[in-house]
Amino acid sequence: MPLETCGSRSKLKLNVGGEEMFAYILRRLGALVVILFGSSFLLYNLSAISTDPLADLRLSDAQNRDYLIQALTRELRLDLPPPLRYFIWLRGVLGIFVGNPNFGLTREQQPVVDTIIEAIPTTIRLVAVATIVAIVLGIALGITSALRQYSRFDYGMTFFAFLLFSLPIFWVAVLLKQYLAIDFNDFLVTAKISPPWIIGLSALTGFFWAAIISGSRRRVFMIFSVAFLANAIFLSFLSATEWLSYPRLGPVAIFIFSVGIAFGVTYLSVGLSDRNALKSNLFMVLIGTILYFPAQSLLDSNRPRVGILTLLIAFLISAVAVSFIFARIDRGPVIRTSIITSVLIWGLILIDQMMQAWRPFVESDDVNYRPVATIGQSTIWLSETSFWVRVLDFAMHLVLPTLALTLISFAGYIRFSRGTLLDVLNQDYIRTARAKGLTERTVIMRHAFRNTMIPLTTIMVGDVAGIVGGAIITERVFAWQGMGTLFNKAINSFDLNLLMGVILFLSTLAILANLVADLLYSALDPRIRVGAGK
Amino acid sequence: MAKRNEKVEILKEANENAIFNKETEGLSQGQIVLRRFFRHRAAMISVVVLFTLIAVVYTALDWRIGNEKDPYIIPGWWKYGFEDMPELRYGADCIDGSIGCPTIDAVPLLDGDGVSLGEHPFGQDDIGRDYLALVMRGAQRSILVMFIIGAIAATLGTIIGSIAGYFRGWVDAILMRLVDFIITVPVIIIGSVIGFHFGNKGAAFLALLLGLFSWTGLSRLVRGEFLTLREREFVDASRVAGASNRRIIFKHILPNAVGVIIVSVTLLMSGAILLETALSYLGFGVTSPDVSLGLLISNYQDAFTTRPWLFWYPGIFIIIIALCINFIGDGLRDAFDPRQRRRLSRKEKANARAMQNRGEFA
Repeated sequence: MPLETCGSRSKLKLNVGGEEMFAYILRRLGALVVILFGSSFLLYNLSAISTDPLADLRLSDAQNRDYLIQALTRELRLDLPPPLRYFIWLRGVLGIFVGNPNFGLTREQQPVVDTIIEAIPTTIRLVAVATIVAIVLGIALGITSALRQYSRFDYGMTFFAFLLFSLPIFWVAVLLKQYLAIDFNDFLVTAKISPPWIIGLSALTGFFWAAIISGSRRRVFMIFSVAFLANAIFLSFLSATEWLSYPRLGPVAIFIFSVGIAFGVTYLSVGLSDRNALKSNLFMVLIGTILYFPAQSLLDSNRPRVGILTLLIAFLISAVAVSFIFARIDRGPVIRTSIITSVLIWGLILIDQMMQAWRPFVESDDVNYRPVATIGQSTIWLSETSFWVRVLDFAMHLVLPTLALTLISFAGYIRFSRGTLLDVLNQDYIRTARAKGLTERTVIMRHAFRNTMIPLTTIMVGDVAGIVGGAIITERVFAWQGMGTLFNKAINSFDLNLLMGVILFLSTLAILANLVADLLYSALDPRIRVGAGK
Repeated sequence: MAKRNEKVEILKEANENAIFNKETEGLSQGQIVLRRFFRHRAAMISVVVLFTLIAVVYTALDWRIGNEKDPYIIPGWWKYGFEDMPELRYGADCIDGSIGCPTIDAVPLLDGDGVSLGEHPFGQDDIGRDYLALVMRGAQRSILVMFIIGAIAATLGTIIGSIAGYFRGWVDAILMRLVDFIITVPVIIIGSVIGFHFGNKGAAFLALLLGLFSWTGLSRLVRGEFLTLREREFVDASRVAGASNRRIIFKHILPNAVGVIIVSVTLLMSGAILLETALSYLGFGVTSPDVSLGLLISNYQDAFTTRPWLFWYPGIFIIIIALCINFIGDGLRDAFDPRQRRRLSRKEKANARAMQNRGEFA
């Protein structure tokens, strides 16, 4: 079985490669310091030579102009040539090794480190959510596209990916602002979906599923009609019940969704023929629905964070317990699928909790019926608000920037995962797996998908640098106060210390991401040994 | 049943192989690549669209050649220049009451007037400048920047990558550290630092500087190609035959690496046009009085609700250019990839089946 070989392989590696790996990491970290030294020297001098912080003062007609020029010259050491100034700056930075780093002050006399640390969480939040969404969606679409190679869906996806590659992010962001914020907020006031929209959206869904599943003409038509009808009924129901104005899941919807999740997870992970896993998962759904009721008071208490964690632990414990009841000899897969299902149900309950905060959130004076925000990273609350309203507020501010970033970055994942999976499917071991009579599901999910993920890790991590670059523009469009804003400010105010701080942080992030990519690659693929061949 | 299917499968593969072999009989490598490229429909459409677009864009405005005072003017096909300020149309001239509305009429069926450009097809900006002229000028700048960055990055990346990959040792170490220095900083950051300080010196100069920092990715690829190719037998053979390093690099290795280079340069160029527009949008690229597509979008993004055309046209031009380049790159990649198999058309499949039935290959 592939699973067992997997386990023994990594054990073997640890025994042999531990010391080697450690030396390799140390060497890479050493290289990191050298690279940072080089790139900071390059950029420091580039920006120092070409900037003139005194330009404003030279043109001013203040009485004490000469004095101001002198003072600034002394303060920024402008009397020294840039390379020398670089080493003065570097001496402060190298203090990091003796525990006393000094990145200098910004032009407003704030320590650079504090300013950057303040901005990091904002940018990380933006980048992290966008990356995760892009990875999950991109891989799912890419793999579907590869499995349906040369179908209409495949061609559609290829075109879609190329279109996304060619979109300027700031342009997309402005479009999103208009159509998904301003117009969508207007729509939410009544939340009535007009018939043309219902027909249009349903037709789109119909085409989507018909293109994915495909087959004979009759089958395609059947799939299209079913998807069209289901979607039309669903949308009419949403419209009639004003669900979009008063969103709520409730125990019934959670139960229905959970059953779907249980079947989906079981199917993808071990196959529906594994009755033990299926039973265990369905029983987990039952427990989850029951847990929904005590969860309400738990999550609404004074300490919601503790409540969230307690609930998660409760879910994990019951998942393990349920698996032990139902599992016979196949304990591993059963526990694994039950845990995945339970975590997903836990997520559903949290989403439901957020939905319950929707009305107070929308009706509050600070939001005033404009829930999808276009500016800033959170509302500045003038009145007392609950935890869940704040969470919802963060989420609604995240929607547009995340969508913009996701749109431009997940095209890469679509293309790459499609190409990799197609390569993998042509390998001999896939032919072997098919020849020995494994089901198509096992071949795809076990043998092909896992091997597709190996090269994907490299671009996943490598993409971080690119997505940070995108974040600089996104922050500008949506007026977030993160690293991008700092960077803009630093350039426009000739603030060399701040600029170097931002650059140093971002390039460290990029190099570390590269290191992580290499390590992951060697951990996942035994054919590649880190540090070999030197 | 399964066994029979497998047999048919194998037969089919043999037949398809035969078809591909027959197609490439007696052709040189270059001819095969060209053939494959011409077959890539999306890429061919993109080539036509891109060249038409470039021709239209570069002939739209007057060209001034010679000295400033008494230039020799080659007239463009469009009546306004990007610096002209015709009278701003508003009020009664515009049906919707907006300022500087577009007059293009591309839908002949709705009002029965037929297709016409009108006085200002894309509308006018705040001070009455013709927006078509502005967009044309912006597209000229963006395409120029794209080609300059592509050319410089291709030259530098190829030279540095080949030297590092061919000579290895300390030359390689030094060059690759240099690449590391540049590649670790996100490109938009280097671009902004350069653009902020040199953006006012003109688009060409900005592109030149950006090109000096965009070759790193390509050089790594070329180095990788060289590292594998230099170990191949034909290189040993030519070395034994007494070929110089220069001859081996240019005559033997480089032609084999040219696919990788061409493909990655096209993709680099589509990245370059997006980089230029993003920098101009941030205010670190081409600055006024010159025009670029990114700058136009940046200037009029707030006018989107009232005058959306000011926002749409420059964006659509960026997308068309970048999309064409991307598809051409994709076509080239398929053309250069020897493993690439195109899908047989229905007719060819029928031929294959017929041949199989006649027992020609089975």
